[in-house]
Amino acid sequence: MTSVAPSLAPGDTLLEVRAVSKRFGAREVLKTFSLEIASGEFLALLGESGSGKTTLLRLIAGFEQPTAGEIWMHGTRLDTLPPYRRRVNTVFQQYALFPHLNVGENVAYGLRAAGIPKPEIATRVKDALDMVRMHEYGAVKPAKLSGGQQQRVALARALVNRPELLLLDEPLSALDANLRKEMHSELKSLQREVGITFLFVTHDQEEAMALSDRIALLRNGALEQVASPREIYARPATSYAARFIGQTNLLRATVAAGIASCEHFSFPCPLPDGPALFSLRPEAISVRSSSPQLSSPVRFTAAIRQQIYSGATELLELQTAGGSILRARIASCELLSGSLEFVFSAADAIPLRE
Amino acid sequence: MYTRTYKLLVSVPPLLWVALFLLFPYALMFAHSFWSVTDGAILRNWNLGNYRTLVHNPLYWQVFLRTARIAAAVTLLSVLLGYPLAYFLSFHAGPRKQLLYQLVIVPLWVSYLVRGYAWKTILGSDGVLNGFLQYLNITHQPVAAFLYSPFAVILLLTHIYTPFVFLPIYASLEHIPRTLVETSEDLGASPRSTFFRVILPLSLPGLLAGATFAFVLSLGDFLAPLLVGGPSGTMIANLVQSLFGAAYDWPLGAAISVFILVFTLAVLAFTQLLEKRWSLE
Repeated sequence: MTSVAPSLAPGDTLLEVRAVSKRFGAREVLKTFSLEIASGEFLALLGESGSGKTTLLRLIAGFEQPTAGEIWMHGTRLDTLPPYRRRVNTVFQQYALFPHLNVGENVAYGLRAAGIPKPEIATRVKDALDMVRMHEYGAVKPAKLSGGQQQRVALARALVNRPELLLLDEPLSALDANLRKEMHSELKSLQREVGITFLFVTHDQEEAMALSDRIALLRNGALEQVASPREIYARPATSYAARFIGQTNLLRATVAAGIASCEHFSFPCPLPDGPALFSLRPEAISVRSSSPQLSSPVRFTAAIRQQIYSGATELLELQTAGGSILRARIASCELLSGSLEFVFSAADAIPLRE
Repeated sequence: MYTRTYKLLVSVPPLLWVALFLLFPYALMFAHSFWSVTDGAILRNWNLGNYRTLVHNPLYWQVFLRTARIAAAVTLLSVLLGYPLAYFLSFHAGPRKQLLYQLVIVPLWVSYLVRGYAWKTILGSDGVLNGFLQYLNITHQPVAAFLYSPFAVILLLTHIYTPFVFLPIYASLEHIPRTLVETSEDLGASPRSTFFRVILPLSLPGLLAGATFAFVLSLGDFLAPLLVGGPSGTMIANLVQSLFGAAYDWPLGAAISVFILVFTLAVLAFTQLLEKRWSLE
């Protein structure tokens, strides 16, 4: 393993994916894709299956070669190096623990390959197992461990090498829901603790929101939007981003002289004249009688088609007089029926690209 | 729940088969090994004379040791040929994998005798190999040592048993998840080190099964020495055959058979022990 020149301050660019394309036969999985990852960042690669997120991860790890473009990490060109020469480690979806080695030997694997002296291996393996709370299991074979325990060992096995970049390929998807939630907070605090840059591949938008500093949303091999979870939720750039991250209402409107007109409500907006598309989050809509004063309120009347209770909130399915369906999320209340007047703030209607 | 009749119908035929064609012949063989022959008649006077002969007559030891050596050589050669072949097919053959696999399997469909005679025509004094060597002026008269020698026996047996070694090794290599290979390289191990630390250890059970096949099957082989072995290539099974045939000493033949059986069972027990140790528990 080559030692690396001056260490990066958090926030400096660690990894640069420069106009990378990847083809498998006639299928173009990544289309001149570019992305920068900052040192110390927790970045989620979010996308549906087939969006190219796993391919990008495999290109960075070195299991695939780009058809075009370059990948650079910390001043070194990465895509021309074989996987075993990259200061990148991967946690796989299936954990991929070596079945013939016990937990301790699994964790020591990378250190032995790097020729680290034995006493140092012993202390580092112990520290790594302590970090993931698996220190009692050093002599146990992976087959005896539960899924969550195997995942922890896989994490320790990767982190013990102190990589510059840790790649995680849907590492939690094989765990049940409760364990997954638990691992979320564990992963996040672990990442803060070790300060290693995490690139986390997932198809689960909640997971991406809960864990990451930034989300890179992929669609058909291209980058749809990169932003912090808060920003991508509050200000989605495209209709795809708005629908993929959280629920939303898409409003088709025509803008004329600074006024956007939908079926039967209109609101001021700063767009040029012509057709436009807006995202309106369900929680931005409230029942008029119980809502506080809003700036530039937009009112409309709608019939309640369904009321779905989910504890603290309820989801209302509304049918406007024009027949279109809107969803509103409001604080829990008594059963509603008939037609009611609803209101939202014009500022909450976010203009989108198609 | 299954009816009583059904259970009987299902279990009696195989039990009958085992009793009639396995247990009964073994018992008969075991009994014969304690009898003796006088004036061309088998006497059922229980004694250990045959086993004493085995221990004291060096001829039998020589032949048995030669047999074990040949079997060991065949095992080693088949593994040296079969493992790289299986490794190449499983990891690097790409789209030609199926075709190559069939090519390895096809010789199994050809009769043992045909393959034996083929080697006879290759190795004989006026055979293909000698003709070729003389054509190239490397030798000036036929080399008789090719045929009718332990060398020829090892060659033929290796040819016959390499696919048997290849198959279990190939199966065990195919079962290694490819993510483990990627993980190893991801953790900084070179392809070479990945082979010795991940692929080879995980294919040991297949290697062991293949080696056991080759060793046990060639230990009991009598056709190869008969076809291409000559007097210097005689193996233990040929002795048994002649004792049961021309020499008409069934009791001594049975004693040798019992010995081979016990030896084989010991080999199998040993490999099972190893397999247990290498299993992933």
